[in-house]
Amino acid sequence: MARDVRLLDMPFDPQAELTRFSADRALAGGIVSFLGQVRGEACVEALELQHYEPLTLPGMETLANDALRRWPLEGLLVIHRTGLMHPGDPIVLVAAAARHRRDAFAAAEFAMDHLKSESWFWKREKSDGKWRWIEPRAVDFDDLKRWQ
Amino acid sequence: MALRLVFMGRLETVAGSGERDVPVAATLAGVLAALEPELAEALAAESIKLAVNGALVSDRAALALNDGDELAFLPPVSGG
Repeated sequence: MARDVRLLDMPFDPQAELTRFSADRALAGGIVSFLGQVRGEACVEALELQHYEPLTLPGMETLANDALRRWPLEGLLVIHRTGLMHPGDPIVLVAAAARHRRDAFAAAEFAMDHLKSESWFWKREKSDGKWRWIEPRAVDFDDLKRWQ
Repeated sequence: MALRLVFMGRLETVAGSGERDVPVAATLAGVLAALEPELAEALAAESIKLAVNGALVSDRAALALNDGDELAFLPPVSGG
């Protein structure tokens, strides 16, 4: 199982996922992981991520395949939440296992940069009891250019 | 005879709901013409991508719609 890509509408346990992922990677010399969670900002009560079923998971799978083609990996884990979340909740977990660390670092960062700017998610935040849609950030597109 | 329209992100707020069934029109222009002007304008914006039955559309003018098609209007993503 080199590739594990999931879209979840329920909370997940990043530590348990990483333990399971690492256990199957005996050939890897290193595993790099990134956990994104809902930032605890003063006024933000909740965050909601929307996805579009026919595009979102297939897009994440294509992204994972691109990373697997680009770097010699022993495994790649991509888990992304959708639905309602609160400050501190895990949103995204990416882990890349490789024989050598640079490939693992690069693949994990590549996956995150593309998830942030290209994946089919729409985000809104609730503060003061009101929902507000979040627009894309220019810095996310700048991050993406590094890989082009 | 209907088309299903799907409004993602902020378009959901403009439309008042995430989905809407509308009578079949042969073209995208025909679909938009039957909607509230404010919504039609938001959907026609250059930044909005369109997927028909889960496949992204590159040439909207050439689009020929059929009964049961699902049209998803996709604003710029803001994920992760």
